[in-house]
Amino acid sequence: MNEAIPAAGKAVRQRLLVLYLGNASPDSPVVAWANYDGTGWPVDEAGECEQPPYPTALAAMRDGWRIVGFPPIHEPLPGREYETGHLHNEFILERLETVDVA
Amino acid sequence: MSPRDHLLSSKDMARFVAQGFLRFDELIPKDLCAEAIELFDRNAIQRVKYDHRPLYDCWPGLALREVFALPRVRGIVESLVGPEPQHDHYAIHTVAPQTKKGPNLHQDAEYDVRFEHFDVQVSIFFHDTPREMGGTLFVPGSHFRRVHESQIGRYHNIVGQVPTVCKAGTFVVWHHNLWHAGRSNRTDTMRYMFKVRINPTVKQLRLWDTADLHDPEIEKILGTGQPWYGQEGRLETMNRIRLWRALTGDPSFDIHTWLGRIENRPERIAEETLAAV
Repeated sequence: MNEAIPAAGKAVRQRLLVLYLGNASPDSPVVAWANYDGTGWPVDEAGECEQPPYPTALAAMRDGWRIVGFPPIHEPLPGREYETGHLHNEFILERLETVDVA
Repeated sequence: MSPRDHLLSSKDMARFVAQGFLRFDELIPKDLCAEAIELFDRNAIQRVKYDHRPLYDCWPGLALREVFALPRVRGIVESLVGPEPQHDHYAIHTVAPQTKKGPNLHQDAEYDVRFEHFDVQVSIFFHDTPREMGGTLFVPGSHFRRVHESQIGRYHNIVGQVPTVCKAGTFVVWHHNLWHAGRSNRTDTMRYMFKVRINPTVKQLRLWDTADLHDPEIEKILGTGQPWYGQEGRLETMNRIRLWRALTGDPSFDIHTWLGRIENRPERIAEETLAAV
């Protein structure tokens, strides 16, 4: 990871890996994921990959990703305890990469 | 044979309740598939049309009318929404050759909080749809989730997602709230998918062939989760129990006492309490 001031013709860009886990603990299994890559790679489309990039958020941390978004434990509204909706347990991880710029 | 000879079984219905969709490979005869594609190629029918009218009155004189007159198709549709189904809208989804779609997972239309009533959508793949052609992606078991249309586009991949890779004539019928996405077409051929939304006009109660209603396999089907449910697997089973109760008219149906346990609010006063008063 390079967070020093980049050299001329270089810039630091952020890559985000968003992992949705089976429960609120970072060592629980990944059930969904997305990549948002500020270095210029196109955004993935739905259903592009069969296997998660890491089995857990903790495994991603051990590979150099830094957690920048740690989800609160989901607290349902009273009376809506049995409803399901969006995916909870959204862990946002980042890597900073130095890229060439014009 | 009449459509009544082609109704779904209770096990099929349980699979629909559990997964939110059923797929029937190569159900539509190839000659009708070719006629439908020819209609689409020459823009012979509107691309999208909304109106409420009897389903079987739609597309007079065209192959699409014949598709929905097929006894097996009618048996499937009528098992889910009943006799006299109503057309809601249709759309000819097209993805031009070498077109990238990007992430677009969504649930159709606006919030629809009906639970015991549901519409079905039918997707027909009239031509072979190999993986690189980008047939519709479905997320099994997502149909009970209350989300707002494309807000779920943030999720790119979900464990257990199913891209439709199929031969011509494949017919998928799905719950109106099922999460789905169109995908990129990396071939040099236009991709078509014909979709129709169908409304019930009767109460959705035991409309299928219920001869196997008490088959023990049904509880297993309804109790089998999806790999992406995580901690919410039991909540989704409770949703399925609630819908199965409504569809069968059996308020006592349960799996592992999960609903019965939380419904247990006894009012009977214990004899010992009464004796002590």
